[in-house]
Amino acid sequence: MHKYLLRRFLITIPTLLGISLVLFTVLALAPGDPFEELALNPNIPAEVRFNLRRQFGLDDPIPVRYARWFTSMLRGDWGYSFVSRVDVDRLILQRLPTTLFVLGTAYVLALVIALPIGVMSAVRPYSLFDQIATTCAFIGYSLPTFFTGLLFILLFSLYLDWLPFIYSTTIEGSGLRWVGEHFRQAAMPIAVLGLFEAASLTRFVRASMLDVIHQDFITTARAKGLTELRTILGHGLRNALIPVITIVALQLPGIFTGAVITEQIFRVPGIGSLLISAIQSTDTPVVMAITFVYSMLVVVFNLMADIIYGCLDPRITYS
Amino acid sequence: MPIDEQGLRRWLQRVHEGKASRRRFINTMLGLGLSAPLVANLLATHTPVAAHAAGAAPAPFTPTARGGGGRLRLLWWQAPTILNVHLSTGTKDNDASRVAHEPLAGFNPDGELVPILAAEIPSLENGGLARDGTTVTWRLKPGVVWHDGKPFTAEDVIFTWEYAADPASGAVTIGSYQNIKHIDKLDDHTVKVTFVEPTPFWYDAFCGGRGQILPRHLVREYKGQQSRNSPYNLKPVGTGPYKVVDFKPGDVALYEINPTYHVPNRPFFDMVELKGGGDAASAARAVLQTGEFDYAWNLQVEKDVLERIERQGTRGKVVLFPQAQLEHIQLNRTDPWTEVDGERSSLKAPHPFLTELLVRQAYNVAVDRRIIAEQLYGAAGQPTANFIDSPKRFQSPNTRWEFNLEKAVQQLDQAGWTRGRDGFRVKHGRRMKILYQTAVNPVRQKTQAIVKKSFEQIGIEVELKAVNAGVYFSSDPANPDTTSHFYADIQMYSFGPGSPDPQAHLNRFVSWQIAQKANNWSGRNVARWANAEYDRLWKQAETELDPAKRAAHIIRMNDILIADVVLIPLIWRNGVRAMSYTLRGLGLSDWDSDFWNVAYWYREA
Repeated sequence: MHKYLLRRFLITIPTLLGISLVLFTVLALAPGDPFEELALNPNIPAEVRFNLRRQFGLDDPIPVRYARWFTSMLRGDWGYSFVSRVDVDRLILQRLPTTLFVLGTAYVLALVIALPIGVMSAVRPYSLFDQIATTCAFIGYSLPTFFTGLLFILLFSLYLDWLPFIYSTTIEGSGLRWVGEHFRQAAMPIAVLGLFEAASLTRFVRASMLDVIHQDFITTARAKGLTELRTILGHGLRNALIPVITIVALQLPGIFTGAVITEQIFRVPGIGSLLISAIQSTDTPVVMAITFVYSMLVVVFNLMADIIYGCLDPRITYS
Repeated sequence: MPIDEQGLRRWLQRVHEGKASRRRFINTMLGLGLSAPLVANLLATHTPVAAHAAGAAPAPFTPTARGGGGRLRLLWWQAPTILNVHLSTGTKDNDASRVAHEPLAGFNPDGELVPILAAEIPSLENGGLARDGTTVTWRLKPGVVWHDGKPFTAEDVIFTWEYAADPASGAVTIGSYQNIKHIDKLDDHTVKVTFVEPTPFWYDAFCGGRGQILPRHLVREYKGQQSRNSPYNLKPVGTGPYKVVDFKPGDVALYEINPTYHVPNRPFFDMVELKGGGDAASAARAVLQTGEFDYAWNLQVEKDVLERIERQGTRGKVVLFPQAQLEHIQLNRTDPWTEVDGERSSLKAPHPFLTELLVRQAYNVAVDRRIIAEQLYGAAGQPTANFIDSPKRFQSPNTRWEFNLEKAVQQLDQAGWTRGRDGFRVKHGRRMKILYQTAVNPVRQKTQAIVKKSFEQIGIEVELKAVNAGVYFSSDPANPDTTSHFYADIQMYSFGPGSPDPQAHLNRFVSWQIAQKANNWSGRNVARWANAEYDRLWKQAETELDPAKRAAHIIRMNDILIADVVLIPLIWRNGVRAMSYTLRGLGLSDWDSDFWNVAYWYREA
């Protein structure tokens, strides 16, 4: 087990190195710089832009830039944003709480919806409930979030006028009212993301539960005279959850890096919207940091999923 | 009385400004056979923008106490990223920092100076301006304090110059400060600025958006190399009507009332929130339909979409104001398809046909400006024949535009370009095929389609190309798709003077600014056009102190550009904003930030 862990851990190092090299090269090769408005304003001399390019190191050869990025990254320095001239890690940390709140809540919502519905669908397959649940899941899975997001805005903000569609981080007040306001403005983004995740998770839970429910040990459990509830939850669900947990673990990095489209639509100041605005303004250090953190999380969570898998499923041993 | 379209537009404008009789206009139109409802419609829809915002003088509002106005909510679809205008990269940052910072003087909608931190505007009469144009003496308003309570003095003004003019600071405003030789402190509230040479545009430094004054006692340590590390960039201290409480780059800036503001009984609001991000169309909805915000900035939304949102909205209206932005087509004088010494569009390779005046003239009359204006811009733009339309004193009365395909055909025929077997024009075995490039933007792509259609009718083959704006306007010498490389036959984008004085704007066509490999394509003259008379006029205008003579030079330069068809002006664009019905006191000016008079904004119950 330890040997396996060590080996897996050592493999991640060249993987991350390779990822950073590819990301950096692609970003460095992409044309453009953050000085569009400066270029169009005749009162700003061209030298200003060229000086800034030099100061930001944009004119150096790519290997030099990569080496510089890599060495400062090892020292924990992620560089600074070209447009706000603030350290990148500070920008990301500023966005993290919002992203964690919105996406975390959305995932919890997804699990709360998906688990019971998936299990109930699998227990009575092809019943009316299952038919409706599967159809809804299929529709929910097929509708992209940018569409449902706009639909929600149209219905709840413009037509019914119940919810605000612009996320604010400067809500005044305290106590219950403050919490209430936060949930009110976060309701739509959470619902959009949560329902989308729930739709796909429901399908996984149902499929995996269906696999388990026809196994011999379930029949055995029933033959022992266990109640149906205990059979399903104690013996069926526990086993059915193993693949589901893997999927959830692999999706977790997304919680930290935000949902680009939904954040943009509802103006949620999370990491996803930071990424998209950084891309739009060619703010390379920010794009690099977010994408690299995301890759790191994917690699780490992959490793964790494998380890959890081993703990949950006694048939799997790492030796 | 013969009336062409431009005559009609001008007449309409005079009617709206109250300079011409409305009744006479209606009678004439009825006499021409138009129905009464149609004439009424004409008058209603063609409200010239000038009358909209600038003309309507704000009702006198004289509050007896500061504050009490609650929260002002502003929505910018581009989020501010830094609150130090001298290090900023765009209008959004200039606006966000302007709520808390002030220059010595701001620019009103007519481009005139309004004193803010200055006690008065320097002039020849009050002795502020030297007759030889080399010095200007600013008297500062006494009794002004920074948000932290320290007094504002001449030292701060001098420091702002030192900071911005130091190349190591990386200030983008350096262009406004580097022509200053030295500044002398005459007393605590008087400074004398000495320029390197006679300067008619002495009101660049310390005025308007680039003129925001920095507090010396807080930024002193962060001049030069250290400028980036200053905590001040995110949590600044100004003299403005509101002070920064909280700033999250790329998201929101929160301000509270400045209880020691130097204008009595101002400002009106207790808090100001400037939220950024998202897109322009939903920003318009948040103001016009849901009323979540009071004011939304720069609504570059397609005409149909914006009109629909405004019709559905009950909480606010769209406001327009004249800007100096010009959407235009540039014609390349050099050949983008021949490489000379590793450089395309080189001065050594003249363009095979865009060097012919008749061809350029044909292109000019083959562009249907009216359709582009009506179908794509609506109230947000009007057709123009000028390079400079604003401020009014520099607008040339000598130019005309027309859409006339027959004339274009004649001119091309006359130039020897005859139609080949496939309908496209050929001369000496060379096909007239052009590449037409612009930035990615729905309105621009539709404009391209309109132009392409009429060009192809007269036998010009057009290939369209759209480049991402971040790439198109970048300064990367290795990137062939930038506006300044101009590796296409014609290209379209918009630009403006960015200040009420067009001198810097006009240098886009002086010969020493031609963009080429030798200067890493940093030159501004991307059409690669050169004209000795234009160069001479530009140099004269640079130091001409008589305003009338200078305006004449500038109008002459405009006329040369138009007569030689160096560029094809298309649309004179207006600023478009959305605001709540209750908001009052705005004085939107293209020469300064939206917030140049934010201290005077208020809400009517």
